[in-house]
Amino acid sequence: MVAARETLETRAGILRAVRGWFERQDFVEVDTPARVRSPGQEVHLDAFPAGDRHWLITSPEYHMKRLVAAGLPRIVQVAKCWRANESGPHHRGEFTMVEWYRANEPLEALADDCEALLRVAAMAARRDAGALGLAAPFARTTVRELWARHAGFDLRGDEEAADLRAKATAAGVALGSAEAWDDIFYQVFLDRIEPQLAAAGPTFVFDWPAPLAALARPKADDPRVVERFELYAGGLELANAFGELTDPVEQRRRFEDEARTRAARGREVYPVDEALLAALPRMPPTAGIALGFDRLVMLVLGVRDIAEVVAFGDER
Amino acid sequence: MYDTSDIRKGLKIMIDGAPYTIVEFQFVKPGKGAAFTRTKMKNLLTGAVLERNLRSGDKLEPADVETKTMQYLYKDADSFIFMDTTTYDQVGIQKDTVGDASDFMPENINVEVLFFNGRAVAVSLPNFIEQAIVETDPGFRGDTATGATKPARISTGASINVPLFINVGDVIKIDTRTGQYLERLARA
Repeated sequence: MVAARETLETRAGILRAVRGWFERQDFVEVDTPARVRSPGQEVHLDAFPAGDRHWLITSPEYHMKRLVAAGLPRIVQVAKCWRANESGPHHRGEFTMVEWYRANEPLEALADDCEALLRVAAMAARRDAGALGLAAPFARTTVRELWARHAGFDLRGDEEAADLRAKATAAGVALGSAEAWDDIFYQVFLDRIEPQLAAAGPTFVFDWPAPLAALARPKADDPRVVERFELYAGGLELANAFGELTDPVEQRRRFEDEARTRAARGREVYPVDEALLAALPRMPPTAGIALGFDRLVMLVLGVRDIAEVVAFGDER
Repeated sequence: MYDTSDIRKGLKIMIDGAPYTIVEFQFVKPGKGAAFTRTKMKNLLTGAVLERNLRSGDKLEPADVETKTMQYLYKDADSFIFMDTTTYDQVGIQKDTVGDASDFMPENINVEVLFFNGRAVAVSLPNFIEQAIVETDPGFRGDTATGATKPARISTGASINVPLFINVGDVIKIDTRTGQYLERLARA
């Protein structure tokens, strides 16, 4: 099934409005390589090989951070990204991401951006932002608050995986064979938290536990959590943002950690991005975010399957 | 053992010691976490529906279940006797296992019998059966009140509510899932 002509026209209108909004905020639109030597070491992402020891990007983040380090304080990119082994109503192997960075601004500035952008997108699609639940300020909460309310136990962020497993089991979550910290976390998330988020209005979830730091820096006043938020709206995980880690020593440690975990789980290990590590010391404090553009179109149009908002969505 | 990549509709797996069949499934991948398969499944013994998020890498035990088409022959003191329509083997199934299905299980009907670990655990009827009325009060001519019904008995001994115009010997169609009269197929 190919997306309806009207859907493709609306999608184009949303993209035009999003680009216009970034231009008015003095962002520079950039274009970084899609075929790279270091596609990202994240444990649960697999990149498509692209020949000659290169892969397609799973995210444009490494090159974009190097541009921030090189002195571009506000950049945005509308990037095609590719992730192997991901296919479902909210996932496609090839998808479009809007990624942007604000140097010398706090993480909260990106949440404000999201609120503005979702309204801009609704207007471009001639949808009523109020009816979509996008008019009022979005709810802002934390991972710990959500766990206390919906999972019924205290998630501190510094507990050992075995402790976390014991707490989740006591709360009645069926964990299967999950033993890794993140696997236990996401089993609880899917069973207990995500259904509540899907039923709620747009929600920013801040303060992620340190074991799920990815590229985020620890919070200054509480190192058990990191500066990270995710935005959920209409049952969709729409965006993920970091107060970017700029400490090259800590970043190398995380890359090596992830590489070891990947190797232990039998996944391909990609080369560490040495150019990024070399650039980090020059990078100012920065907040960065990725927003799934296809999902934004789904949200605004109330569509349930990502295949309906892309041209040739039936060609998986 | 299965893993999550084997999940498809109708796959039969064990969960907490009971056999389930997959009814619906969907790929999900939260945050920066592992891939999961959001799964809706039905307990083959109780019919209860269960939702589970199965993580990629979780192992799933296949359920030893098998469905056989069998013909119901007759009943003795404490069981119903069925014949496998392929092998002609006869087996007795306890009355408790057959349960309420016996209400709409006339002799010689073909049913689906579910075997779990080699033991018959459930009998499922066709959704519709045709049966002749063996006993009912005579119809009251002139009483045309819409929806008015009276009890009538079929060969299994079960009593169902039928419209007033139904007489002994009429053949009717019954929905075995609800036990309701649907229509008259032939007059006596």
